[in-house]
Amino acid sequence: MNKETGMAYALDEASTRRRFINWFLGTSTGAFLVAVLYPVSRYLVPPEVGESTAGTVTLAIKPDDVKPNTGQIFKFGSRPGILVRTAAGELRAFSAVCTHLNCTVQYRPDISHIWCACHNGHYDLNGKNVEGPPPRPLDTFVVNARGNQIVVSKGA
Amino acid sequence: MGPVKPHGPLWLWLDQRVGLADLEKLAKKKQVPVHRHTIWYYFGGMTLFLFGIQVATGILLLLYYRPSAEEAYESVQFLMTEVQFGWLIRSIHAWAANLMIFTLFIHLFSVLLLRVYRPPREITWFSGVALMGLAMGFGFTGYLLPWNELAYFATKVGTEITGAVPVVGPFLGRLLRGGAEVTGATLTRFYGIHVAILPALTAMLVGLHLFLVQKHGMSVPMDVERSGAPHRTMPFVPNFLLRDMVGWLAALAALAALAAFFPAELGRKADPFLSAPAGIKPEWYFMFMFQTLKYLPSRILGIEGEIVGILAFGVGGVFLLLIPLLDRRTARGEPSRLFPAIGVAIILYMLVLTYLGYTTSATK
Repeated sequence: MNKETGMAYALDEASTRRRFINWFLGTSTGAFLVAVLYPVSRYLVPPEVGESTAGTVTLAIKPDDVKPNTGQIFKFGSRPGILVRTAAGELRAFSAVCTHLNCTVQYRPDISHIWCACHNGHYDLNGKNVEGPPPRPLDTFVVNARGNQIVVSKGA
Repeated sequence: MGPVKPHGPLWLWLDQRVGLADLEKLAKKKQVPVHRHTIWYYFGGMTLFLFGIQVATGILLLLYYRPSAEEAYESVQFLMTEVQFGWLIRSIHAWAANLMIFTLFIHLFSVLLLRVYRPPREITWFSGVALMGLAMGFGFTGYLLPWNELAYFATKVGTEITGAVPVVGPFLGRLLRGGAEVTGATLTRFYGIHVAILPALTAMLVGLHLFLVQKHGMSVPMDVERSGAPHRTMPFVPNFLLRDMVGWLAALAALAALAAFFPAELGRKADPFLSAPAGIKPEWYFMFMFQTLKYLPSRILGIEGEIVGILAFGVGGVFLLLIPLLDRRTARGEPSRLFPAIGVAIILYMLVLTYLGYTTSATK
């Protein structure tokens, strides 16, 4: 082996070692970052909490308490619902969560609409979006007045 | 530069240990150009001053505030009614927040119209736009903390907007809310973001922003540069700093007056089972977006109107951020009418929509 090739060999060996060490350090750093970032990112995502799956709710409101042409908010599981008595006397119930951006709607007796104050969305008394930004109708619930009780359940 | 004053033994002792002389040299070196646009140089410092007020009053508020759905409203009520000067601290925090966003907007738009973002100050612009995003994040998260009715619905809408972003939206919305709905978990999360995460990010970005301003010096507007007029300057210390401080004192006086005459309100406690109140409005700096969302029809080209609006504002934000890279004429030092015109158009759009937001009847 002459002097020149010996040096080249030494250089080559050194660079291989250097590469090996760099690769080792690089993967260690990467593994370290993953070991830190993975738990932190999982920590930030809130755990799933089982949503209330109650399909039927008995309201604390008595049928006689709801006058014609008024509406009231009630709890339907963890979300609000709205109970409306039309001017004709019929009871209807919908999800009170506006389909636009999630605000809670209210009943407007002056125009007999269900109305969202946040972005001026209007629904008629079938829950259909008739004016303003809401993209979909409100979810409709089934209302049963049994004697002195109002029972609201999710549509089939 | 005046003659160097003789220094006492304490100064010398400190100088040997921390290098005061270097700092003094740095302070004396800084010059501020004097020309007809000099007034715009004051608004960055003013924003920083108001941020300092936010840090100080924010720390004071922490001593009484309790970040849970059961206690937040009551703790703020206690602060406003029982704690001596509690109303003052909270009102100054609320008003300084508004003033800070206002001076930040002035600073940003003056920089935009004078095209200070041209090379080599692109990264100063990027960090500035990012700081605006952080300031709005401060406003959005801080708004919820009193846990009142307005805050509750503003947060429902705001997080729902995040949730409407295609693909990643639902995940981001859940991440922001700490669950599927706006609850006490959201409040705790916003509290952490408001008092720890955003301040840490802001400190880093303000550091970068100020470092770059020192590195590049104050920018001279292109038309002043081109006019060939002799460059006049004034020393930053003390001439410009003293003028700055006059402005800060005026801002402090305005804050005290606003806090005393229009103290921050608290309203009714948030109740997830009440309807959104009529006349609900976001903070004024979100008003132009809020009003735009009201005007959009439910469907545009088959896509939900709100998603079109949200995407448009997202694209607008990215455009604002990337202006230094898009304005090639200015980067080459050529006259450019297009980008100042776009700047004016953005300002007009925001002004008109904000005006409409406050004047059109909420129920029509």
